[in-house]
Amino acid sequence: MIVIKNLEVDVGNFLLRDINLTVNSGEYFIILGPTGAGKTILLEAIAGLYPVLGGEVWIEDKEVTRLSPEKRRIGIVYQDYMLFSHLSVKENIAFGLKLRKCHKGKVKEKVDDIAEAVGITHLLHRKPQSLSGGEKQKVALARALIIEPAVLLLDEPLSALDTETKERMQSTLREVHRRVGVTVIHVTHDFEEAIALGHRVAVLNDGRVAQVGTPEEILRKPDSEFVAHFALSRNIFSGEAEEGGDGHTVVDIGGIKVAAITELRGEVRLSLRPEDIIIAKEPLHSTARNCFQGVVSDIVHRGSVVYVTVTLPPEFICLITRQAFEELELREKVSVWVIFKASALHVF
Amino acid sequence: MTKAHVWRKPDGMSIVFVLLSVIILLFILAPLVKTVGSSSPGTLWNTLLDEEVYSSILLTVYAAVIATLVGLFLGVPLAYLLARHEFWGKRFLEGLIDVPIVIPHSAAGVALLFVFGSNFFAGGIFHTIGISFFNSVAGVVIAMMFVSIPFLIDSAKEGFKAVDVRLEKVARSLGASPWSSFFRISLPLAWRSIFAGSVMMWARGASEFGAVLILAYYVPFFGHYARVAPILVADRFASFGLEYAQPVTAIVISISLIVFIALRTIAYRGQKA
Repeated sequence: MIVIKNLEVDVGNFLLRDINLTVNSGEYFIILGPTGAGKTILLEAIAGLYPVLGGEVWIEDKEVTRLSPEKRRIGIVYQDYMLFSHLSVKENIAFGLKLRKCHKGKVKEKVDDIAEAVGITHLLHRKPQSLSGGEKQKVALARALIIEPAVLLLDEPLSALDTETKERMQSTLREVHRRVGVTVIHVTHDFEEAIALGHRVAVLNDGRVAQVGTPEEILRKPDSEFVAHFALSRNIFSGEAEEGGDGHTVVDIGGIKVAAITELRGEVRLSLRPEDIIIAKEPLHSTARNCFQGVVSDIVHRGSVVYVTVTLPPEFICLITRQAFEELELREKVSVWVIFKASALHVF
Repeated sequence: MTKAHVWRKPDGMSIVFVLLSVIILLFILAPLVKTVGSSSPGTLWNTLLDEEVYSSILLTVYAAVIATLVGLFLGVPLAYLLARHEFWGKRFLEGLIDVPIVIPHSAAGVALLFVFGSNFFAGGIFHTIGISFFNSVAGVVIAMMFVSIPFLIDSAKEGFKAVDVRLEKVARSLGASPWSSFFRISLPLAWRSIFAGSVMMWARGASEFGAVLILAYYVPFFGHYARVAPILVADRFASFGLEYAQPVTAIVISISLIVFIALRTIAYRGQKA
């Protein structure tokens, strides 16, 4: 368990203050905040790599606030990998064990194990310079995990990767976390990432922790402008994905079964952009696979656009123009149909 | 399919710049080539066998190597501190390090004598442990070191700056002490710059005239008395004229070039141009 009490850190032009967090053992914990919120420095402060002004850091029932970083049992992975370019991939991964004067055979065994777990066995003899971004990140991950840290700190680990690699790396992270069972603190500015990976999320805003909770809790009751803005820009659901025939996947999201396009099965999350939903007074026979009846439960005007919440359940936030809103004569408690394409659902 | 490059007509500025570049390159090259080329190999060989000449060259190479090694030991830590930390007066300190480059080197020699002469503070301390800097190899070494250390410190500093501090942070998180992270990560990654700086320091030290002239003109060296090569060349010219100074000058230039080119090749080996 990682406990952070009243931590205060000078980030340069502002202070991080009253940082209080408790991260449970084995938990995948996300710290979410806009760029420049001091997320990296907060991680470095936890690691003992950045001086703190006050407060305490506890790692597994031991106060480590004054302890030097090499004695804290932490692993850190940075956005731009930070591999040692004068060492091979194998030597990079073995670095922490060599320092611990581990027996040679033991080192080889552990390096092979961890390389297999993250899927880089074929890269062990390469130099870091010759690897792709995703491969480099896996090496950095293996190097941090091999010392069996009490907590793994990830600093925007996916931000430097292209979209496709990012999604694959997300499942690698989820997989490795499940296999190794290590406690993870992952900082990011990316909501999708936070929702896809986090058991719990802490929102960092204006130098303070604005909110802590599960992704759903955070989105349902956003406590900061930053999250509220995002909450309006996505419909997030979680559900159970299963085979629906014709290569389709159907996901039971509590109340309704939606058609989606994905290879994933079992526990999944889905996101749907409000602007991808059509509201109609009648059911539409069209190419869109999803068409459900619900009741308008909330209306928010934002200049030339209107956010309309339709409750089936669950709730769908839809974005329409003011003109369309007036033509359809939408009011609260009016019965409508929500329509969206299976391909508009992003499953992760 | 490869296509020949299509060259557009060269513009006026490129032509003028190339011409000016050729002039300055000839200015550097012509004296070197003419001096080395106008003695027969036989004369050069005989000159090299002259005891005064070879002991002078050995003294110069030896003292410059010692100066560079001491420079590495004392200069690299300072370079690292300057690369890693911001502190009040840092700009001033960085300027101070470059002062030996701008003051006249004879003046540097006099200034060194004021500290390291056996009547003065530092010189007195060393005197009690049997080291004297006046007309001794130790004097040659400190004269060379004083005028050449800025090259090593500046180059090493740039080398350390290019090593991302987060690499050290990762090493620390993996269990490295500050010492271990320095020797296993920072030093190997900055090594190329440190080595290049050492080559510059060695070359600059070996070619030093003014400061050595004041401090250690003629020194006992392995049973002989010797002068450093730049002083030997000047002495032969002053005493016997151009004709007599030419062969020894040719040898000094050749050896300097060979060593310098060899070391630079090692320093930049494996690095893309």
